[in-house]
Parts: sequence; C-alpha cells; structure tokens
Amino acid sequence: MPQGDAQMEKNEIISLKDIAVSFDGEPVLKKLNLNIRDGEFVTLLGPSGCGKTTTLRIIGGFVKPDSGDVFFGGKKITGLPPHKREVNTIFQKYALFPHLDVYENVAFGMRIHKKSEAQIRETVKNMLAMVSLSDFAHRNVNQLSGGQQQRVAIARALANDPKVLLLDEPLGALDLKLRKDMQVELKKIQQRTGITFVFVTHDQEEALSMSDTVVVMDQGKIQQIGTPQDIYNEPRNAFVADFIGESNILDGVMQEDYVAEFAGKKFRCLDKGFAPMEPVDVVIRPEDIDVTSPEKGDISGRVVSVNFKGVHYEIIVDVDGFKWMIQSTDYQQVGAQIGMTLTPDDIHIMKKSAYSGKFGDYSSFSDEMEGVLNQPVETEAAK
Amino acid sequence: MKSKTASYPYLIWTTLFIVVPMAMVVFFAFTDQSGAFTLQNLSTVGRYSNVFVRSIWLGAIATAISLVLGYPLAYTIAQGTERRQNVMIMLVMLPMWMNFLLRTYAWMTLLEDNGLLNNALAAIGLGRIHMINTQGAVVLGMIYNYIPYMILPIYSVLTKIDQSIIEAAQDLGADQKRVFLRVVFPMSIPGVISGITMVFVPAVSTFIISKMLGGGGNLLIGDLIDMQFLGSAYNPNLGSAISLVLMVLILICMGIMNQFDDGENEKGGLMI
Repeated sequence: MPQGDAQMEKNEIISLKDIAVSFDGEPVLKKLNLNIRDGEFVTLLGPSGCGKTTTLRIIGGFVKPDSGDVFFGGKKITGLPPHKREVNTIFQKYALFPHLDVYENVAFGMRIHKKSEAQIRETVKNMLAMVSLSDFAHRNVNQLSGGQQQRVAIARALANDPKVLLLDEPLGALDLKLRKDMQVELKKIQQRTGITFVFVTHDQEEALSMSDTVVVMDQGKIQQIGTPQDIYNEPRNAFVADFIGESNILDGVMQEDYVAEFAGKKFRCLDKGFAPMEPVDVVIRPEDIDVTSPEKGDISGRVVSVNFKGVHYEIIVDVDGFKWMIQSTDYQQVGAQIGMTLTPDDIHIMKKSAYSGKFGDYSSFSDEMEGVLNQPVETEAAK
Repeated sequence: MKSKTASYPYLIWTTLFIVVPMAMVVFFAFTDQSGAFTLQNLSTVGRYSNVFVRSIWLGAIATAISLVLGYPLAYTIAQGTERRQNVMIMLVMLPMWMNFLLRTYAWMTLLEDNGLLNNALAAIGLGRIHMINTQGAVVLGMIYNYIPYMILPIYSVLTKIDQSIIEAAQDLGADQKRVFLRVVFPMSIPGVISGITMVFVPAVSTFIISKMLGGGGNLLIGDLIDMQFLGSAYNPNLGSAISLVLMVLILICMGIMNQFDDGENEKGGLMI
C-alpha cells in the first residue's frame, strides 16, 4: 500500500492547498496539495519542467500562486513577502554576495535581524566549523571553488536559524565525487539540526538516498508521495516506475486476487483488490529477474545485447518481440537463449493511468537503445 | 604574435597623438619663450588658484548632482523589461546625438533674461530671475551635457546583478530598503566610480559651457588654458603649465576615488 496519506498528521509545518500557477498562460502547477512534517527531509523529484522548483519558490515566497493557499505552522502565509518568512533558501547557483567575504556572507541575515556582534561572531564561527570552512572566514567568495561556495551558502542559510530550509538543486553544479560527499554531509546536517529540509532534484538516486519522504512530480502534478522504499517498490503508475530506477513495464490482466497474467503466462503476485480481469500495468525491476536455462524459466528469450556496467551486466532479452532488461552479475552470450524466473514479490501491479503504454519496452527507448545496442558489439569483438 | 601585429596601428597612433603631445606639454611647461628651462610658468599658475578652486568646486557640484539624479534613473531603467530598458537608454543618449555647441546654445536662449523661461515666469506672474551668466547656469550646463556618462556605467553594472542575489538577500530577511542599501548599492559602486570619473573630468576642464552660460565672470581652468593658446594673453608655456597642473590634480582625484573601489575586483570596469 503506498503510504501517502500523512496528510492528517498534527505536526505538519508547511501545507500547500490547491496551489495552481501558470506562467504566460502555461499551467505549471495544477491544484497541488502537499503537506510537509516538521523535521522531515522531503525531496521534490521530477524531470525538468515538472513544477518542482516552482513549488519550492512558492514556499519561499518568490512566486505567488494564482489560486490556493500556503500555510506555515497552521498560519496562512500566501501573501507574505520572502523576507518575512521563517524559511531560508539555498539557491541553485549559490547566489553569494560577491562584495562581502565569507564571514560577512554568513553574518548577513543576523546583521539584518540586528543580532549582537558577539552573537554574530559566535554563530558564524560555529556555522563555518560545521561546513569545515573555519580557515576561510576572510576569503573573497569569488576565490572559492564550487564546493566551497556551496558550503558558504549552506552556512549562510543555517546561520539564520530557519524552521525550514529550501534547497533548489544545490548539488547540480558539482562533480560526481563532490556531489556524493555533499549528499552525505547535507543529510548529516539535517539530522543534527533537526531542521525540515525541502530538497529539489531531478536525480532519482540522490532523492532515494537522502530523503525521508520523496514527492515525485510530473506535469505540474504530484504523482506519488512516499518513503524511498515505497516509491521504488510500489510505484503508483508507469511514470514513477520508469522515472525511479529501471523498470520493465508490461501490459497485464489481474485474473483474480494474487494472480496476474502477462507475457502469455499466469504468475502469482502479492497484489489484490482489483476487479476481476482488470487490465493493469505490471512492473518488474531488472535486478529482480533471475536467469536460468530456457527449460526451467517461466519465460524464455534471446539475448540481444550485453552491456557491462561495473557492478553488473545490463542484458537486453527479446521475448516474443518485447525487450526486457535484466541486471545480473553473470555474463550472458549475445544470441543465447535463456530462461527467466520471477518470484511473487518481484511482481508489482499498478492501475492503468495516463502514462500506461508510454514506458517499459526497452526497444521503445531510441536513445536508451542506442546506448545499449552500440557498445555490446564492441564487447563481443573484444571477447 | 598575431594579436601583437594587430595592435601596431594603435601603438603608432598612441605614440604620435598622445605620448608625443604630452611630452611637448611637459616640455613647454618647463621652458620659457626662448626654450630655456624655467620654473617660472609653474609658479605663475599659483596666481590662478582661485580659478582652480572654482573649477573643481563647480565640477564637483555638477558631479554630485549628476549622481543624485542619475543613480535613481539608472536604477529605474535597470528594473524595467528588456524592451523598456532599450527605449529608456536610447532616450538618455538621444541628446548626445545633437551637437554639443548647439545643445549649449539652446540653454543660452532658454536662460537669457529675455529668454523662454523668464518669459514664461513673467507670463504666469512670478517675475523674472537672473539665470544666465551665473555659476548655477554653468553647473546646469555641465549636468545637462555629462549626465548620460553617469547613467550609463551605473545602469550597466546594475543590470549585471543576478536576480538570485537579490532574492537571496530577501530570503535572509532584508526588506526592499535593506536589499538596496546592503546589496544593490555596494555592488554598483564600480559603476558609480566610473560615472563620477566620466562626469568630473570633462566638467572640470570644460571651457565652452562656462564661456556660453557663465559669461566672463566665471572663468574656469578650461577658459584659462584657452586664453593662453588662442586668446589675447597668448602664452603657450603658461598654458602648458596649467594643463600639467590640471592633469596632476585630476590624477590625484581619481587616485582617491579608486581607493574606494579597492579590494573589490568587480567587473564594473573603471574607465580612465
């Protein structure tokens, strides 16, 4: 059961009700409802243009919704300007003040709020220590690397002691290694401070590894809200299944409770509550499929391509014209006939949605296929 | 290599028309009519210290007023949509397409005792005010002619400020006034310094404006130099000495100005 109904919780800090926004007549958010609990690490995840940054800017006060309301700790703040909100933002390009040094950047919010000089000194020192920049207090911010600028931005926002921290793709400009380190660091900071984080990203791996709650968005709507495990294991529709990780998505029919038919066979599964013979989407994760001999397998097919990915091989198998993806640590010969077995908990059943039929078969992804089809030929030649 | 070759024409130009004339000015300043070395010219310059003071004073007032008027305008322009910005900037530059002399003549006829403004004042019963041939008229002429040079560099720095930096300031609790005082204005200082330089330098050394709008009574350094070369008091050696002193004074002023800009390697770009 997708567990998205945290709505009734008492300790919610931010609540968006029926938010609608359009830019130049283009709807960006369509009747969006979202509740964020105090102390949570929430990620808004989706492809570019899905409305996740707009949602964040509405919470920050930089975008006024055309309709709907924003609540903060139960109080309506829809029309409140950004400087009066108890949230702070880490901007995509850090937006540090170039005319101030690191110390003054971090002190900026406290100076605005007329804190005492002693308190400012103390807080700046603590903040810089937290982001490991203690020796950089009097550097010019233009002389810092991207990762260091990012840390200054974090220190600057947290020095203001916000109730909620908004992060707009803060790691987007960093290289992979630094990105991973910062993910860990941000998560640590969030746990230590207990501040609610609302994190925007298009990187599903980032979302899964950092968040308590993931909000998957597309086309201005929330597609699913849940824990990373929920989102991955029980995607609500074909879009979520496809966007989070790799998925084989097939057309199927629920014969009865716990019995699904797809790929010309009947399988036992763990899902119930569908109408008899209801058409459904069936999701099978590539890493859940076990490879066996053609005779022993539930399904058999011919290996079309094999692509080495480091930890595993990505194997594309043609089963009566439908291309399956398997991730396996065992190598398979291209052209070989293999069998595949599925256990009931490998099979995830979803109701049909507007996204049905758009994803799933790996031959329908031209760009994805180009990648997997071109390389194995070389792998073959090298063997 | 290539880029060096491409700069030769400019280098030759600079040498012929800037370095050589400057050397000549220095040479004339330190010699008498017969070509012998003397400090007489420089000591004579001291006699005109009141003219120097007046020039710098009027130039400074014109620069200050240009800044006070120009900054809000530049700020307002920078806030507009791109289309609006282009139209506004064109309007700022429009007067500069008209000849400098013509523009100043126009002010003469406007400010005269029987000019358009005074006739208008008389017509509505406010009585005439003597405006032409006053220091005020000179300052007005300076502002009118040079204010675009104040607006343009400030505008150009303001438009380069990233919107997200302003949002960051709001986000940290700054209202509109504080965003301006703590972020926008400090970040625009390089533009302000360019603007001050570009208005003050021509204003201090002008002679046409003071001649036409200031009458004979408000002699400026420019007029003094003009007189030494073209006027009745023909004395190119003294004229050179005055020019030299003026140049040194301007360099000192600019040096002081640039002190304010130090430590901020901003892109605004100084122009001296």
